[in-house]
Amino acid sequence: MFDSLGKYVLLLSLSFRRPEKFKVYWAEVMREMVSVGIGSLGIISIISVFIGAATTIQVAFQLSSPLVPLSIAGKIARDSTILEFSPTISSLVLAGRVGSSIASQIGTMRVTEQIDALEIMGVNAPGYLIAPKIIAGVTMVPLLIIVSITLGITGGYIACLASGDITPADYIAGVHDGFDGLTIRVALVKAVVFGFIIASICAYQGFYTSGGALEVGQSATKGVVYSCVMILFADLVITRIML
Amino acid sequence: MIEIKDIFKTFGENEVLKGISATFQTGKNNLIIGGSGSGKTTLLKCIVGLHEPTKGEVFFDDENFTTMDFTQRVPIRTQIGMLFQNSALFDSMTVEENILFPLNLFTNQSQSEKLDRANFCLERVNLTGKNKLYPSELSGGMKKRVGIARAISMQPKYLFVDEPNSGLDPQTSILIDDLINELTDEYKITTVIVTHDMNSVMGIGDHIVFLHQGKKWWEGSNKEIAHTDNKELNDFVFASKFMQAAKSKL
Repeated sequence: MFDSLGKYVLLLSLSFRRPEKFKVYWAEVMREMVSVGIGSLGIISIISVFIGAATTIQVAFQLSSPLVPLSIAGKIARDSTILEFSPTISSLVLAGRVGSSIASQIGTMRVTEQIDALEIMGVNAPGYLIAPKIIAGVTMVPLLIIVSITLGITGGYIACLASGDITPADYIAGVHDGFDGLTIRVALVKAVVFGFIIASICAYQGFYTSGGALEVGQSATKGVVYSCVMILFADLVITRIML
Repeated sequence: MIEIKDIFKTFGENEVLKGISATFQTGKNNLIIGGSGSGKTTLLKCIVGLHEPTKGEVFFDDENFTTMDFTQRVPIRTQIGMLFQNSALFDSMTVEENILFPLNLFTNQSQSEKLDRANFCLERVNLTGKNKLYPSELSGGMKKRVGIARAISMQPKYLFVDEPNSGLDPQTSILIDDLINELTDEYKITTVIVTHDMNSVMGIGDHIVFLHQGKKWWEGSNKEIAHTDNKELNDFVFASKFMQAAKSKL
């Protein structure tokens, strides 16, 4: 375990060495941002709307007491979406979508000697391959989480319109009630950390792949599993520290 | 000129290279031959720095490559071209982008100068007009030629080639051998080729190093190889009936 941790830290330090030519690396960063950000927008939008809608219906069901104002359902759905569902569930989905792609892409490059070819040319392979993915992860995951929060709350509104469990007016009132900006800050900190975890762990698994197609698949699986575990662990730590 | 001195390489308990020394001359095709598992590719990877030797030194024109760190190695690495066994083309890039890649990173040429160079390299390997194809659209022989074009794009002083003929038909193999031979001669490159193809050995082997059980077993030229009494080398070179018949006629 300590051996792996040492290799991981060393790989990260190599990744952020001064690039040979900034322009070439910048183009790679842009490409990765499009891949991570635009490429994940569809799946994040779909899951956010459904999770927001389901959360609102469940909260309304649990608060079916005449003593509790129905607008509280909107408030709980909002805070749950901002603090937990959008950052954590979206990041777990992104670990599957983006993380497996990163691990298998780098792993394939390793087993087909493309990484050796980079090193022979004098290119800092971790810097060229991993740094752009990490930069894309820590910048695009927060943006996706903001989209996810917006669509999650919208999903709750759609659920109110469709189910009639809460009136849309009660829901909107609840969403506006007692909003604390700290919840958004917590969500964004989580998003940055989760983006880093997904990109770096999956890149590490891919970079140290050896063998063939089977091992590339195993690296992708390991990357996703370890990322998910670390996301949940980091979620707990950040929640404990910030709230 | 490349000089290797007393190279040892161990993986765990397995000692793959056991004290190999050799000198590879400029403008010559230097072949490293040997059976499977004899340590040919490991030696090549130790020379280019993909593996660090457990012991021993590698000199590129009297510069000790072994003791250099990553940054110090970059100027030498930009003078190295390498053709990998499976070509190792970047599959997300077109043929042209593959050739432009080292030029974009390590030169300050204008875009038109770089494109001219890429076109020249493609012309040199008889692939004019294939600029926009992706590696997945190329045959094995074409991939090798693009690999060569990429390797020579930076006008290297040293060319390393790992199994250039693996997976190719005899005609294409000869084509690739001839191309490497021409480039070596034309640009006075120090070329090191790892192979077990006897056509290459006989055709372009100016200087041959035969490895057996991780040691240098024999060294000489393609003219000397047919007349050696080294048993292990004879067993390797003349393993087939065809080669035995050819030897009897020499």
